[in-house]
Amino acid sequence: MPTVHVRYFAALREALGPHETVELPAGSTVGALRESLRARGGHHAELLAAARPVRAALNQVVCADDAELPEGAEVAFFPPVTGG
Amino acid sequence: MARVRIQTADFDVAAELAALRDGDLGIGAVASFVGTVRERGHPAGGEPVQALELEHYPGMTEKSIEAMIDAAHARFDIRGACVVHRVGRLLPGDQIVLVAVASAHRGQAFQACEFIMDYLKTQAPFWKKETTPSGARWVDARVADDEALARWGIEVANAAGR
Repeated sequence: MPTVHVRYFAALREALGPHETVELPAGSTVGALRESLRARGGHHAELLAAARPVRAALNQVVCADDAELPEGAEVAFFPPVTGG
Repeated sequence: MARVRIQTADFDVAAELAALRDGDLGIGAVASFVGTVRERGHPAGGEPVQALELEHYPGMTEKSIEAMIDAAHARFDIRGACVVHRVGRLLPGDQIVLVAVASAHRGQAFQACEFIMDYLKTQAPFWKKETTPSGARWVDARVADDEALARWGIEVANAAGR
């Protein structure tokens, strides 16, 4: 099972911690990863709820839910950005 | 000189502009933008901001801004550009970000500077947290910033959409 390094930023980091490692079936997508994290319940379900504006990046590039995860992928979940 | 720097320290605009020009006598125009910490955030007239904490995604931040500068070079006739963005704890009046662009003539420098700034507001992974007398809160992204980038023909859904 491919290993995925998950990172969180801003409000998600405060609730879920800065990072964690998860294993997912080969061929999984970023959307499937978010869903499996949500299925844990608690803060994960709340912060990653489908109704919340959560952006994702795959290997440090903004991506869509249907992006497939390569082995060793780094996936970050974060709120809309507010720099500048 | 690196085109993109993320740092906690303040920056000296004059020194940054001199480094950008770097003796290139083909440059006839330098446009720059400096973003600073406002005491009254959004909405204006709300509680005073006592401090601003800026978080970012090291690695992705630099890569994404490098890509924005590449996009500016592809779109405009410019001779150089640089971005300095601060992170960590800032106070009202502090400088947050510098975008500077050098070109032969002013039009391209003005436009490219605004283009990079519009891009940065919606695509660079930074997050602001305001401290006010009633507590700390994460700043909301603004749909107006998505719309600013749309003027350049680039559709994004940072603030808008789920």
